[in-house]
Amino acid sequence: MVLFALLRILPGDPANALLGVGADADQIAAARQQVGSDLPLWQQFVGFFTSLARFDLGTSFVSQAPVSEEILARLSVTVPLTLLAFALAIIVAVPLGIIAAVKSHKWYGGLISVFSQLGIAIPVFWVGILLVTAFAINLRLFPSGGFPRQGWGNPADALRDLTLPVLTVAIVMASSLVRYVRSATQDVLGSDYLRTARALGSSFIEALLRHGVRNGSVPIISILGIELASTFLGAVVVERVFTLPGLGSMLLLGISQRDYPNVQGVLFVSTLLVLFIGFFADLAQRLIDPRLRDRSRGAAS
Amino acid sequence: MQLFARSNRRQFGATAIAASIAALGMMSVSPAVLAAADTSAVIEIGSLYEPQNLDNTAGAGQGINEAFNGNVYEALFALTDGGDVSDALAKDYSVSDDGLTYTITLQDGVTFHSGDPLTAADVKASIERVTAESSKSSRKNNLATITNIETPDDSTVVITLSERSISLPYNLSYVWIVNDAATSITDSEDGTGPYKLDQWRRGSSLSLTLADNYWGEAPTNAGVVFNYFTDATALNNALLTNAVDIITSVQSPDALAQFTDNPDFTVTNGQSTTKELMAFNDRVAPFDKVEVRKAVARAIDDKKLLESIWGDYGTLIGSFVPPTDPWYVDLTAVDAYDPDSAKAMLAEAGYPDGFTFSLDTPDYDPHPIVAEFIKSELAKVGVTVNINIITANEWYTKIYQAHDFDATLQEHVNHRDIVFYGNPDFYWGYNNPKVVELIKQSESSATIDEQNQKLTEANKLIAEDAASDWLYLYPQIVVSASNVSGYPVNGLNSQFYAYDIEKSAE
Repeated sequence: MVLFALLRILPGDPANALLGVGADADQIAAARQQVGSDLPLWQQFVGFFTSLARFDLGTSFVSQAPVSEEILARLSVTVPLTLLAFALAIIVAVPLGIIAAVKSHKWYGGLISVFSQLGIAIPVFWVGILLVTAFAINLRLFPSGGFPRQGWGNPADALRDLTLPVLTVAIVMASSLVRYVRSATQDVLGSDYLRTARALGSSFIEALLRHGVRNGSVPIISILGIELASTFLGAVVVERVFTLPGLGSMLLLGISQRDYPNVQGVLFVSTLLVLFIGFFADLAQRLIDPRLRDRSRGAAS
Repeated sequence: MQLFARSNRRQFGATAIAASIAALGMMSVSPAVLAAADTSAVIEIGSLYEPQNLDNTAGAGQGINEAFNGNVYEALFALTDGGDVSDALAKDYSVSDDGLTYTITLQDGVTFHSGDPLTAADVKASIERVTAESSKSSRKNNLATITNIETPDDSTVVITLSERSISLPYNLSYVWIVNDAATSITDSEDGTGPYKLDQWRRGSSLSLTLADNYWGEAPTNAGVVFNYFTDATALNNALLTNAVDIITSVQSPDALAQFTDNPDFTVTNGQSTTKELMAFNDRVAPFDKVEVRKAVARAIDDKKLLESIWGDYGTLIGSFVPPTDPWYVDLTAVDAYDPDSAKAMLAEAGYPDGFTFSLDTPDYDPHPIVAEFIKSELAKVGVTVNINIITANEWYTKIYQAHDFDATLQEHVNHRDIVFYGNPDFYWGYNNPKVVELIKQSESSATIDEQNQKLTEANKLIAEDAASDWLYLYPQIVVSASNVSGYPVNGLNSQFYAYDIEKSAE
C-alpha cells in the first residue's frame, strides 16, 4: 500500500513512456486509457490489490511483456551475483576477522582493521569503477561489463562476466563482515567457557575452533542475514556500473518510466526474498545454538 | 502523370563491395586499412538506446528505429544516410497530376521472415497500423491526409489523399511493412529486411542474424548484435576493451580524447539532427513579446556554450533547421551574441531592470550544465533564472501536455521537424499565422522546389521571431574499432543501417 501511494506521488504518467514529441491529444488520451492512468485512484488501487492477492504481477505498461517472466529472467543474474559475492565475502571475512581479533597486537591484525574500515568508507560504485579500470581496461583480464546473450547457457562466459561485479560486492561486504567477526571473536576470547576449555587442556586453536566459532557465529548469522538482504537490494548500483541485466536495473528503468507493474513486481519479489532470507537466518541460528531452540520450545508448551 | 525513377539504395551497397574488392588488389599499400572484409563476422554494436518494446507504433522509443529500420523492417521508401528519400520496397511509383493519387508498384520476389510473400494487402495493413486509433506513432498525423488505400492487384498499391502531400514518400519511410498475418509485434517481428530477430534479452542485448532468401543484396557481415548500456562510461569501456566494435552515438564529450588519440579506433564526425534549444512558452509574459525573446537569444553566447560542452565538435544554428534539411539557410547572424543590444531591447520591451523566470531543466546531460550557463549569461543582463530540475517523464506531463512553464530546455532529435512551428497548439505555443500558413502550404506544394522555398521562408520567419532560442546542433559522433567500416555516419532520425558494415580480419 505504501508502495502504491509512493509511486503515485511521483509526478509524471506511465503513458508518457509510450509517447514521443509529436503525439497529439487523442493519442495521449488513448495511451492513458491503455495503461489505466486515466482511472480514479481508488479504482487503480483495487485493481492493484486484487491482482497482487492472486500473485498476478500483470504485464509491463511499456514493454507489454509479462512482469513475472521478466523478473525470473533477471533473477538468473541477480541471485547468482548476490550469492557468489556473499560466499566469497564469508570465505574472506571469517578468517580475517578472527585473525584481526586474536592477533590484534600484531601489525597485520591492525592492518586488517584499517582495510576493513576503508572498505566500509568507500562507496560500492567507486570500488566497481576502480576494478574496471584496473582489471578490464588496463590488464584486459575480465570484461568491463555486460552479460552473455545465452545467459547461463555458457556458464564459463557468464562466470567471467560476473567476476568483477562479484568482487566489487564481496570487497564491500567483507569489509563490514570482518569488523563483526572481529568483535564477536573478541567477546568469545574473553569468555569463561574458553578459559575453562583451555584449563581442561585444549590448545588455544582447538578451543577457539571447537567452542569459540560455534558461539561466536550466532550473532554473526543474524548480521549475515541483514547483509545478504541489503546486498540483494544494493545490486541496483553494481548492476548499473557493470551493465548487468538484473533485477536492480529493471527497478531503475521501471521507476524512470513510471512502469508501475514492473516496479511493483520487482519490489514485491524482493520483499518476499528478503523475508525468506530473514527466516532462514533465524532457522540457522536455532540449528547452531541449542539454547535458542529450547527457549522457543519452552514458550510453546 | 509524373514518373519518378529513383536509384535503389542497394546500389550504394554494391559500390561499397566493388570498392572493397578493388582494395583487395592493393593490399600491399596499407594492409591494416584495406584488409579483406570478413563476411562471417558478427558486428557488436554498442548503444544507449534500448527499445522499450519492438513495435514502433506501441511506444517503443527511438531505439527501435536504430535497431530495426532498414535492418529488420523495410518501408516502401527509405531515408538514406545522406538525407535523400530512395525507393525500398516500392519498385517505382507515379503521382497523378493533381497530386492526390499515388500508384506504387512493389518489388518482386520479396518474402517476409516467416516465409509469406509480400503483397499489396500487407502494405495496406501496415499503413493502417500507423494511422489506427491505438497507434502511438509520432508520425500518425503526417499521414492524416490518406483517405483511401486500394490494392488492385498483389503488387500494386494505390493511395488516395484528401489534399496534396509532397512529403508522402518521406513520411512513408517511417511505415514498416509488416506481414498482415502477424498479430502482435511487441516482442517478435515479421519484416522483410536483410536481418531477422534472433534474440532479445531485455536490459542487455538484441541480436539479429541474416534473413533467409533476402530479396536484395546480402549484408557484408553475418549478423549484428545491439548491446545496450545505461551508462555512457560503461559503453566507452566496452569499446576500449573490444567488447563492442562500434558506438552508434557518443554522448559524453569528455570520453572522446581516449579514442581520438588512439590508432585502434576511428572517430567519425557526421551530421546530426539533434538540436539543443531553450523553448520559451510563447503564450505567457514576458516571452509573448518578440523583443524579449530576441534579447534573451542575444544575451547568450552560444559559441562559448558549445565549446565548453563539445570542444571542437557540434555546429551553431540560427534556427530549428539543421544543415541536412533541404530548407536550411545559415541564420546564425540573426540575434547573434550581443549583450549590449540585449540590454537595450529589454529596456525597450519594458523590462529595464530585467525579470525572473523559471527554467524547467530535464535531469540528464547536457541540460543541467546548459541551464547553469544560461543562468550566468542572463544574470549579466539583469535577468534572473531559477533552475527547476525535472525528470523526462515529468517534462512530458508538465510541459508537453499541460504547457505549464516559462521556459524549458529540450533536445529535439528529428529530421524535418520545423513543422512543429506550424502548430500553434504545440507545447511552445508559437503562433505566427504567416508561418502556420506557409508550413501548411508547403505540404501541398506541387514540386519539391516549391516546398523548399516555402519552408525556407518559414525558417527565416521563425528565426526573426526568435520563436525559441536554438543553442546548438549536437555532433553525431560514431566511434569504431579501426578494422570496422561501412557504417552510417549521420544517423538521421536515429537510424543505423547495419548491412554495409564490414569487419576486416585482423
